[in-house]
Amino acid sequence: MGRSYLGEFEELVLLTVAVLEGTAYGVTIAAELKQRMNNRLISLSGVHIALYRLEEKGFVVSELGGATSERGGRRKRFFRITALGKRTLAEMRQVRNELWDAIPTPSFS
Amino acid sequence: MEQQPSPPRWPDRFLGWLLPSELYEELLGDLHEQFAFQAEEFGVQKARWMYFFEVIRFCRPYFLRRRFSADTKYSTSYTYSPTMIRNYFKIAFRNLLKYKGYSFINIFGLATGMAVAMLIGLWVWDELSYNKYHKNYDRIAKVMQRGVFNGEFGAGAHMPIPLGNELQTMYAADFKHVVMSSWTYEHILAYGDKKFTKQGNYLSPNAPDMLSLNMLKGTRTGLKDPSSILLSESVATALFGDNDPMGKIVKIDNRLNVKVTGVYEDLPYNTEFRDMTFIAPWDLYVSTEGWVKRAKDNAEWNNNSWQILAQIAPNSDFETINEKIKGIKIKHVPEIAVFKNEVFLQPMSQWHLYTGWDKTGKSEGRIQYVWLFGIIGVFVLLLACINFMNLSTARSEKRAKEVGIRKAVGSVRSQLISQFFSESLLVVACAFVVSLVLVLLLFPIFNEVADKKLTLLWANPIFWLLGIGFSILTGLIAGSYPSLYLSSFQPVKVLKGTFRAGRFASIPRKVLVVIQFTVSVTLIVGTTIVLRQIQHAKNRPIGYDRNGLITVTMNTPELHQNYNTLRDALIKSGGAVEMSTSSAPATNLNSQNNGFDWEGKDPNFKEQFGTIAVTHDFGKTVGWQFVQGRDFSRNFSTDSSGMVLNETAARYMGLKNPVGKIVKWNGKPFQVVGVVKDMMMGSPFEPVYQTVFMMDYGWANVINIKLNPALSAGESLKKIETVFQKFNPGSPFDYKFSDQEYERKFAAETRIGQLAGIFAALAIFISCLGLFGLASFVAEQRTKEIGIRKVLGATVPNLWGLLSKDFVVLVIISCLISTPIAWYFLNGWLHKYEYRTEISWWIFALAAVGALVITLLTVSFQAIKAALMNPVKSLKSE
Repeated sequence: MGRSYLGEFEELVLLTVAVLEGTAYGVTIAAELKQRMNNRLISLSGVHIALYRLEEKGFVVSELGGATSERGGRRKRFFRITALGKRTLAEMRQVRNELWDAIPTPSFS
Repeated sequence: MEQQPSPPRWPDRFLGWLLPSELYEELLGDLHEQFAFQAEEFGVQKARWMYFFEVIRFCRPYFLRRRFSADTKYSTSYTYSPTMIRNYFKIAFRNLLKYKGYSFINIFGLATGMAVAMLIGLWVWDELSYNKYHKNYDRIAKVMQRGVFNGEFGAGAHMPIPLGNELQTMYAADFKHVVMSSWTYEHILAYGDKKFTKQGNYLSPNAPDMLSLNMLKGTRTGLKDPSSILLSESVATALFGDNDPMGKIVKIDNRLNVKVTGVYEDLPYNTEFRDMTFIAPWDLYVSTEGWVKRAKDNAEWNNNSWQILAQIAPNSDFETINEKIKGIKIKHVPEIAVFKNEVFLQPMSQWHLYTGWDKTGKSEGRIQYVWLFGIIGVFVLLLACINFMNLSTARSEKRAKEVGIRKAVGSVRSQLISQFFSESLLVVACAFVVSLVLVLLLFPIFNEVADKKLTLLWANPIFWLLGIGFSILTGLIAGSYPSLYLSSFQPVKVLKGTFRAGRFASIPRKVLVVIQFTVSVTLIVGTTIVLRQIQHAKNRPIGYDRNGLITVTMNTPELHQNYNTLRDALIKSGGAVEMSTSSAPATNLNSQNNGFDWEGKDPNFKEQFGTIAVTHDFGKTVGWQFVQGRDFSRNFSTDSSGMVLNETAARYMGLKNPVGKIVKWNGKPFQVVGVVKDMMMGSPFEPVYQTVFMMDYGWANVINIKLNPALSAGESLKKIETVFQKFNPGSPFDYKFSDQEYERKFAAETRIGQLAGIFAALAIFISCLGLFGLASFVAEQRTKEIGIRKVLGATVPNLWGLLSKDFVVLVIISCLISTPIAWYFLNGWLHKYEYRTEISWWIFALAAVGALVITLLTVSFQAIKAALMNPVKSLKSE
């Protein structure tokens, strides 16, 4: 099997996990995305599903911990990006860059 | 600490149900945390709404899928994975092939049951769709009248002519069509030298429109011209072959020339008018039959001799019209008010299934048989299902190990249940295919017996939907017990070998056997009694001699004119020993009248007599027997207005010595010359009707001929035919044997008897298949026991008794249960008949003995086989 496919939203979530290094869990990721994307409608469930899928694909790993009172004493699941995740992001970025560079300048400004 | 605003509770509970348990904590935590932020940012109220919508967004397939695949205790593969289903079918096939005997019994028994159910289903379907060929089915009705005569309800479709006119003119808004009709009757159709006797009818010109006839040639307006005729396709082909029939001149009954103005598609077999093979205009009938013309011209309201059909207007309904028209006849004939006469409409949907009324006016008819056979069909199918369940549960111990291993390896109960269901569905699918083949093979016999033209409705989606739906249902019902029962085994016990079906495990099986045999024995008793009732009626004295008696319909004017010359010629030809004419054949009392008066009659007595017009020679032709007086004779000139009574009539009139008395009919005096023994002219299941035989040469419809007993029937008929061809060249020589006509009176009962017999035989067959399977199973299970018993000295009869005893007890119980049931139903059935056989105890005894013998034969085969086995072999094996 080739490398797993990474959807647009999944890519964004994966990047956010990388950004929030160490403090990435559902609420923070959703808040971060919302803030960065001009309040695009970000649902918590969507973020979670993306996270679980990323975990199944091996791009992130998770652990439980850090209960707070706002959560009614429930634990959080923290996500960290894996080496595979980083490499995949880098490869995608490179492909994009190459594509951008390949655009003839006059037609796109 | 300050009290924090909390999110609403109930969405959390919903999430608790929705989310996979391992994710519940973290997801709910995240939701609550986000709620806390939002409450701070937007206010509690708005945050609650946002929380609510956030929860709604959790309804996503991802969570559901995770929840349902992961929530089981042990991780399993997806329940409906193709690999597992393939495996189920593989195991099922191997099981079928390994136990060929059982599989055969299972599949074949079920297929027989399904075939019976399918045949009955098709039969019921056909009965219910009777007459639906006509597009205006919902709006067509027969105009009828009903009343109460001497305390008994009666209804009939014989109507007077002026009523049709009245309906058409006074109630024009309620009726779209009013169609006058004579009766479908045999007529001669001739074209060139081709002559056929065909059944046809005279109808008003709007009839083709009302009946929505499918015109192949010409139009539905073809009857407007009074000398026209519409032919059915088959008659057109018979008369004209490939030539175009349109515009050709056809002769009806050798006297009416009519022009063919249309050809319609033959009416299908399951319609009321299936026998009507041509239609001639009503006006032609009126103008050519003197008595009809008189009835019309004089508006004879009391001459009830015709039919009136009607199609009601689109904005009307039967009840409203019934309410309007019920008094219509009393208005014109006030004296019938004492009968509570009412005119009413009988909708087409009831013509076939509700043909009669009992004495209180409750409608009855074939609908009872539709119910009866429907119930039998359900029962036979039930028997087959019971077999299937019985055999499967009986074999469950054999498969207990398999269940144990499957469970140990990780099957959960739901998987085992679906495995056994798929297995039973496979068997049912096989059985369905086999039953389709069986039905196709049985169709010719079934159609013959049931007088139907049934076919499989290959193109009908409802048929397939029902057939397949019903197979799946059967599979589920039949598979439910084994699958639920087998999957409940505990693997530890099964594999350790301590699994024992408890003492009561065989109880349900025994109950099922008892149910099966109860149904079978009831059917045996029912069939016997139906057949005995028919035999009882057949053995009844009929009062005349029907051997070698034939009747010929008088359908051309030539036959009416030459009574004596025809009679002489027939007797001289040697083919006949006697000939006479009469208004009806001896097998059919078709005319009943009132208007009689005699000395000593109670003026309030509403009399009704069967009336037959005869000639001098009638008695000698049919061989009636006198108890008083003498036969008509040419030696007495007064006999030309003579009358003969039957015994019932003499009793009915209250006359001790009727001979010599004068009886007036509509003022005309007749002298009674004799009393004959009751002649069975009507239904053989009813008492003989009071009948008078009057001398009248003018009122003749049939010729009765007694064949020469010295010659064979074929030779006599040949001689008679030459005479008829000379006297009646315009008509083919068609005759009916009276004994055959007599047999036809039993047709309905014989049909029920035969069908019930077939179903009983099949029910017994299915039960025996099941019993056979069960017995072989028991014998197999007790192999070791039998071996030890033999070693210790048991004899073969001992062992045979041991193995057969259980089943015999069950069958005896079923006999005891079925006796009152059968008695109850058959007593009800027999009470429909005035002349009926008794239900004697020996019928039940016979049925019980029969069932026992069949059981013993079935069981003995297995029992003796087991008893004869060498104990060395049976004890060695393990």
